[in-house]
Amino acid sequence: MNASTWIFYILSTLLIITSLMVVFLRNVVHCAMALVAALFIIAVFFVTLQAPMVGVFQVLIYAGAIMVLFLFVIMLLNPTTRERGGGVWWNFGTVLALLLGGLLVPLLSNSESARDPLVSTELFGSPEMLAKSLFNDFVLPFEIASVLLLVAIVGAVVLAKRER
Amino acid sequence: MVPLHYYLLVSAVVFAIGVIGVLIRRNLIVILMSVELMLNAVNLTFIAFSRFLGSMEGQVAVFFVMAVAAAEAVIGLAIIISGFRHRQSLDPQEMQLLKW
Repeated sequence: MNASTWIFYILSTLLIITSLMVVFLRNVVHCAMALVAALFIIAVFFVTLQAPMVGVFQVLIYAGAIMVLFLFVIMLLNPTTRERGGGVWWNFGTVLALLLGGLLVPLLSNSESARDPLVSTELFGSPEMLAKSLFNDFVLPFEIASVLLLVAIVGAVVLAKRER
Repeated sequence: MVPLHYYLLVSAVVFAIGVIGVLIRRNLIVILMSVELMLNAVNLTFIAFSRFLGSMEGQVAVFFVMAVAAAEAVIGLAIIISGFRHRQSLDPQEMQLLKW
């Protein structure tokens, strides 16, 4: 096993541990911190997969903006009441999700996937190529995304405004 | 180089963990965070396929998923805040105004 395989195993173990922490920790702030760690690990995965620009976006947008928003809402609401135990639905949900994982894992491990990537030029994944693809083939979705973000801003202000 | 299906396995496991979080937690903020976890698992498969098939479309798709996830988080948290103001609770079981 070479170094990149070791790095992959270490990162994926850490990613799974932090994801389990997001779901199973009791304190909401601890969950948010674990999610920040998981998002950083996924950003490292992006960089190792020759997508450095997307990794930068991941750290800036997800670990930066979105998680700060989550922490602000946790701080504002200060949820102190303890969660009730789930009962039947707890077990049902766990079995369902484990079934999903159990179906996906053998399906994916049997697949004869490409062992080696097709091309790996120096330019692949660079901001230049990302921008070329984004502004040539995907201009219309890009503009629609900007309208979507505008609608989200207005909607958030309207929803969270105090009624008088 | 790590083969492609290792990445697919990791993201399938993370996605299943996110599904467990959505189904068993009784806290709206944690449910929203589990949804973000599932979106990120999907993003990881996009980037892995983009690398192994040598095309940039996967990275562009991740860009759009991030934009939509940002909008979703903002709107979801605004709904949680306005719901908390009425009910003083983050329990999704108590959101039953439309239940018949």
